[in-house]
Amino acid sequence: MALKKIEAIIKPFKLEEVKEALTEAGIEGMTATEVKGFGRQKGHTEIYRGSEYTVDFLPKVKLEIVLPEASVQKAITAILKAAKTGKIGDGKIFVLPLDEVIRIRTEDRGEKAV
Amino acid sequence: MTIQNVMGWRPLVVLSIFWLSLAGVRADAPAPTLEQRVAGLEAYLGNGDPTGALKDEKGTIPDGLTTASVGVAGPGHNAWMMTSAALVLFMTLPGLALFYGGLVRSKNVLSILAQCLGITGLVTILWWAVGYSLVFDDGFKSPILGGLGFTFLKGVTSAPNTNYAYWVSQNVFSMYQMMFAIITPALIIGAIAERIKFSALLLFVGAWMFIVYFPLAHMVWGVNGLMNGVWNAGAAIKAVDFAGGTVVHMSSGWSALVLCMILGKRLGFGKEPMPPHSMVLCMVGTGMLWVGWYGFNAGSAVAADGVAANAFMTTTLATGVAAFVWAVAEYFDKGKASVLGFCSGAVAGLVVVTPAAGFIDASGSIIIGVAAGLVPWFFCTRVKRWFGYDDALDTFGVHAVGGTLGAFLTGVLATVDVNANLALNLKDIVGKTLVAEQCKAIALTLVLSVVGTAVIAFGIKVLMGLRPAAEAEREGLDVSDHEEKGYIY
Repeated sequence: MALKKIEAIIKPFKLEEVKEALTEAGIEGMTATEVKGFGRQKGHTEIYRGSEYTVDFLPKVKLEIVLPEASVQKAITAILKAAKTGKIGDGKIFVLPLDEVIRIRTEDRGEKAV
Repeated sequence: MTIQNVMGWRPLVVLSIFWLSLAGVRADAPAPTLEQRVAGLEAYLGNGDPTGALKDEKGTIPDGLTTASVGVAGPGHNAWMMTSAALVLFMTLPGLALFYGGLVRSKNVLSILAQCLGITGLVTILWWAVGYSLVFDDGFKSPILGGLGFTFLKGVTSAPNTNYAYWVSQNVFSMYQMMFAIITPALIIGAIAERIKFSALLLFVGAWMFIVYFPLAHMVWGVNGLMNGVWNAGAAIKAVDFAGGTVVHMSSGWSALVLCMILGKRLGFGKEPMPPHSMVLCMVGTGMLWVGWYGFNAGSAVAADGVAANAFMTTTLATGVAAFVWAVAEYFDKGKASVLGFCSGAVAGLVVVTPAAGFIDASGSIIIGVAAGLVPWFFCTRVKRWFGYDDALDTFGVHAVGGTLGAFLTGVLATVDVNANLALNLKDIVGKTLVAEQCKAIALTLVLSVVGTAVIAFGIKVLMGLRPAAEAEREGLDVSDHEEKGYIY
């Protein structure tokens, strides 16, 4: 069966909820990275003694999950349920095809290695 | 239990006679009366002259007449002044270093710390060699500059120099005043942060001490100083400056403005964001400055007396009010009160109350607090933008503006009620024309600082250049000047 990679950009304070939702959906592993970026939300303004700076890049968390194609929908459902606040800036989910996965310890390949 | 009971009294008497003969005390030296000895001790309580009761009708002390209270430090006064000296050093290391260090970008944090450390070492050497003497000796008989009598701190012992304090050891007084000489040039680095060569800065400070600080400090605090209105009956300008509104804050602030304009703006100023890299360090430094400032202001009584106690109160009131008012001004201006606003207001309050602390009452300090929260705030957030100078960390906006404001308000608010010393030479002008004398002192300080700094800065610019190479400035002064990084992740 084909493998997929999900990259989800979420609000940092939603990380715990999303992790729990994914675990409940049977997803066993993920990688989280602190990232900065902006989309429609844009940034905010900071003022230091009258000097104003527009901060475009906002802190976000990027989750990377590798999983068999059959699990993709329930993972997406879990992320949507946990990460959505309904306000601008909730983030995005990307689904990508994946060529190969190798577990370094056992040298297993494909779905066995996920 | 007395010592005599333990040792027996006979050996002590023998020992005393032996020491007296060694000390060259004449056998026929007059003995002080019990009243004279008690009067010496009472002088200690009131920070008065311990020889007062020894003088005859003509005001002279009979040959050889003395008590155990003469020529020694009073323990309480001395203890407070040693504490105060340490507190004023704490203002620079690490108070000011963290206050400024937090406000620069992370690539320049060590350059601020290195400048504070470098200035501390350099000024210590200058102060020991000749600085103390040029400020507090009177050998030149000059109202502009002291003398050479105390070079290398010769003769500066634990005995008091009664020109300045009856009860504080001169070595303690000299170290206390040295801490002022250290923090004053260290204040300048805020305006020129992130863009001056370390070597050029040290050279500038070395020259600046001789051309601006030593003469100015003598004029204001030297026993025969030109502007020492409180103690010098012959002062040409009868101004008052309790803890350094002109000497410390005006001199450093106006010099900082001139130096930052000669130096030019930081690369990318106005185009790139240059936010503080750590408001946490900045706030920690602010708290240390505030605590240390008690040594600065209350210590400037050079005694643990009522004047010091009053200065302690006025410093606290003015600072608390100014911190709050600055943040309130921000709130009405932009809708948010910021940590940097509270910090800036606190420092501005401390600056403005500095020349006034020992001369004003509680009401006066509240007026100072409100003024300190509003006027420097206006300069930092408005005037700076209108003129476009790159006063990186607002040394001009806080110290020059605040010091000038404080020197002026001191003339308005000073009252004999809290400080009887104001009645010695100034009782006819306090509350009347003192403010005119303050304006003269402000003008002289401003001219000396601006002209002195311009001459030195242009000299160094020609001699060795002031700024680092453009790529060094882009990379950050920590690596280019010190080969270190503030943060290793």
